[in-house]
Parts: sequence; C-alpha cells; structure tokens
Amino acid sequence: MVVTRSLRGVLTTGAAALLTALTIAPLAYMSVVSFMPRGESSTLPTPLWPSRWSGENYYELLVRRLIDGAWFDYRIVPALWNSVWVASLSTLLGLLLTVPSGYAFAKLRFRGRQRLLQLLIASLVVPGQVAMLPLFLIFKELGLVNSYAGVILPSLAGIFAVLFVRQATLAIPDEMIDAARIDGASEARIFRVVVLPLLTPVVVTLALFMFLGSWNDFLWPLIVLADQNRYTLPVAVAAIAREHAADAELMMAASVVTTLPVLLLFLTLQRYYLTGLLGGSVKG
Amino acid sequence: MTRQERAAWLFCAPVLAIIALVFVLPTALAMALSVTDYSVYALGDWQNLRFVGLGNFVDLLSTPLFWRALGNTLMFAGLGVPMAIGTSLAVALLLHDTTVRWKPLWRVLLFAPYVTSVVATAVVWRFLFNERFGLLNRALGAIGLPPVDWLGNPHTSIPAILLFVTWKTFGYNMIVFTAALSAVPQDLMEAARLDGAGSWRRFRHVTLPAIGPTLLLAAVMSIAGFLQIFAEPYVMTMGGPAQSTTTVLFFMFEEGFKWWNLGQASAVAFILFLMILAITLVQTRIGRRYEWL
Repeated sequence: MVVTRSLRGVLTTGAAALLTALTIAPLAYMSVVSFMPRGESSTLPTPLWPSRWSGENYYELLVRRLIDGAWFDYRIVPALWNSVWVASLSTLLGLLLTVPSGYAFAKLRFRGRQRLLQLLIASLVVPGQVAMLPLFLIFKELGLVNSYAGVILPSLAGIFAVLFVRQATLAIPDEMIDAARIDGASEARIFRVVVLPLLTPVVVTLALFMFLGSWNDFLWPLIVLADQNRYTLPVAVAAIAREHAADAELMMAASVVTTLPVLLLFLTLQRYYLTGLLGGSVKG
Repeated sequence: MTRQERAAWLFCAPVLAIIALVFVLPTALAMALSVTDYSVYALGDWQNLRFVGLGNFVDLLSTPLFWRALGNTLMFAGLGVPMAIGTSLAVALLLHDTTVRWKPLWRVLLFAPYVTSVVATAVVWRFLFNERFGLLNRALGAIGLPPVDWLGNPHTSIPAILLFVTWKTFGYNMIVFTAALSAVPQDLMEAARLDGAGSWRRFRHVTLPAIGPTLLLAAVMSIAGFLQIFAEPYVMTMGGPAQSTTTVLFFMFEEGFKWWNLGQASAVAFILFLMILAITLVQTRIGRRYEWL
C-alpha cells in the first residue's frame, strides 16, 4: 500500500510537472529566442537554444541610434514609461475612488443605497465595448483623445472594484465602527483608522488586479491613442509586430519587455492575487 | 442629511460621477448612435448626421462579412468553451489528487500565462505557429506528421487561435475548480469508496454533481469571454485568412475606427450587447436554480 501510494505520487507529480513545463514552454522559448543572434530562429531545424547568447535584439529595440543622419528607435522605451505611468496612476486613482465608495456601500446608511447597488450590479451585464464608440466621440469633444487622461479615465469607472470592496467590508463587524463613532471619531477618521487597516489585504489584491488590467489593456488605448510617442506597451508591440513580422528575435525581445514586469509582480504577490480571485464573487 | 449620509455621498460621489460620464452616458448614446448614419462626414460636421431608424440593422443583415463574423464568433465560443473548460477541469482534477507534491508551485506557474499581455503572447504564439520555423511544426515533424500552415489556412486558423486562448486562460477556471473540488464532501467520497465505486464512478456520481453548478456557471461566463475575442485576430491574423477569424468585435473595430462608420459599428455593438445579455440571463437563471446568487 505504501509502495503503490508513493509510486502513484511520482506519477501524478510527474504529470503535473510535465503539464507545467508545457505551459511555461512558450514563455521560456520567448526568452531564449530573444537572446538569439538576429535571424537564427528562422533557420532549419528550428533551434531550441542560441548558438551564442546575444544582447543585440535588446540593444536594437531599446537604444536610440543615428541611422543615415536621422534618429531612429522602436519607441519601446517611451512605451514602457507610458505603461508604467498609466498603470500606476490608474491604480492609485482607482483605489482612491473605489475603496471609500465600496466601504460606504457596505457600512454607511444613506438614501438610495440599495437602488444604486442594484444598478451597479445590473450594469455589469453591459460589455465595455458598447460604450467605446460614443466615448471616443465624447472624448474628442472634450479634447481627451490622444492624451493619457483619455486612456486612464475609463479605467477609473471601477464598478467591479466597488462591489469587490463592498463584499470584503461586509465582513467587518458593525460594533467596531459603532464603538469608534461613540468615541466621537469623524466618519473620515473611522474609515482611515479603523476600516482601512482591516482592508489592507483586499486593497493589495485590488491594486494588483487594477495594475495588471491597465498594463495589459489593449482595445481602448488602441482606439484613443494616435501619437506613437504616447502608445502603451501592448499598442506599441502590436504596431511593431505588423511591420516586423519576420524579425522573430526582435519581436520576442519586445514581448519579454512587455510580459516580464507583470509576471514578476504576479509571482511576488501571487498569494493576494489567487485568494482575491475566489473572494471576488459578487453578491447583491 | 445625517453626518453619516453626508460622508457616504462624499465617498461615493466621485466614482459615481466618473461611472456616469464614461459608462452610463456613452452606453445610452450608443443606442442613439445606432439609429443614425454617423460616418466620417458627421465626424467633420454634426450637420451631416441623419436619423435612419433601424437602417443600420437592416444593412448589417445584408452584409455577408457581418454574418461571417457572427458565424466565426459562434464557432470560437462553441469550440472554445468545451476546450477551455475541459482543460481547466482536467488540470484541476490532477492537482486535486492527494499524492501530487509541491501543488502551490504548479498552481502558480500554470496560472502565469493568464496575467500576461494578450498582445505580447499572441506575438509569441504567432511565431510558434509559423509554418516553416515554428516550434509546433517542429514537434509535429518529430512524430512524423507533415507541417500545418496553422494561421494561413482558413480551416486551421480558428483551432490555432483557440489553442492559444486556452493556453492563456485555462488557469483562471483551474483555480475556481480547485476551490470547488476541495468543497466536495469527503464523507460521501469515503462512503462511495467503501461501497466499492471505482474512480470513474466516484467522479461521475459524487464529484460531478457537487461541482456541477460551478462548472455550468464557469461555462456560461466563458461564453461571454469568447464573444469578446479581439486582440488575438488583430495581432495574429488580421481577421484572415479568407476572413476566417474576423470576429464580431474585430468587425466592429474595423467598421468604426478604420472606416469611421460609427453608426453602423454601434449597431454591431448593440447586437453584441444583446448576445451577452442573453447569456447573463441564462447565467442568473442557473444561479437561482442552485440558490447561489
């Protein structure tokens, strides 16, 4: 019994390891090809390992060079900063807007609360793409097309985030809040001193969701940004991918630059992410 | 107004105002836009805008590419949902086995593709699918199969993109199913084992009924996800070959932001909305049936 059980353990663990290896393989191959000398990945038989490790793709992708008297670069570095900037700002502002609101919907009594809540839940049905065409026209009137504000603003309408925070806040006992109220604390102070510390894990999870969501967002930035110097990474990578489809090594380097920051962020904070995934079920 | 009420409005008003501006107002305008002939002329001057009633919808019905896009999208959903849900369930079942070691490690790594950018990984997979130099055809060659022109053949383009989408997204439902599996009553499982039920019958009669609602809900929710496929064809195939990967959303994007037929595109958006609404109604009905929501 003991022997068969341990044999079974070897088999099932082996299967899990194999499956994981297959899943990670595309990402690993992406990294390996990005270090191949230019053109090597397009030889037969398809190489699995570089003949020599080369940084030339990253150099070409990231460093601005003088070609025939004109400055040239792939605008990946500006795109990287744009992405960092846009994702950070939309996370920060998103948290500032949605966390207090989620708390209010859970714990503060105000007229119309229940109706507003039902409206918010119902609006989850509407796919964001429906709003995009008129939103583009509205932003055009407001002069927000082709601006960072134009990219960030729609990501701040965090209906899901409000409901997510509300759900987590419901678990905080009313007695704690009432006790602080009897002690004469103002509502803002109660939120900051009593509630916020208890919500820290939820806020970290939400921040992670928001940052990754904004970093990976594609359709809306593609619509609203026209100036190549304002492109976020996915938009920039998609643009380069169209012009340089044959330069596999260069494209893999661009993909590494786009995926690596969020992969590292996820691996560091995976506990928050995976528990948040299950806690996120929205109940009315 | 009480002090509490004032504080509540202070906390809620900013986000509600933004939701109203970037979500509620445009959604309402989308309905209005879909009954106009808003095009590049109206973009220049509002005077050129005309009311056309259901004209856009009638036009769409006689546009072959729209039907093609609708058919492709249904194909994506019809094939993709069983593929993605099946993969998630199989992997979750494997990870649920008590003898598997280092589970947290596998779980995190299997989930990793989900957090990556669709555009960046689509670029990677486009190269994996390359007919001459792609890793996939090299693997096929190793077992003696002829190379496949994955993204260049209208018959394999959808399965190829689905392979990529499944790889990218199965981790999400894997986590959901893992949680559902750990809630399967252990005493029932033990009783079935004592009654001599084999592993298939234990799965069929104990596990499946217990996780059934979760499975159904995940399937319905992933239909909505597959209806919104856009970045994959945009990066990998441009809707081709022979329009075999033009999806509803891709069609809407081209119609709206390439040709600037925003009226027509809004009609497409509206139809997409109706499809997702229908699915959500099914979803809440399922939820109610199992007393979930």
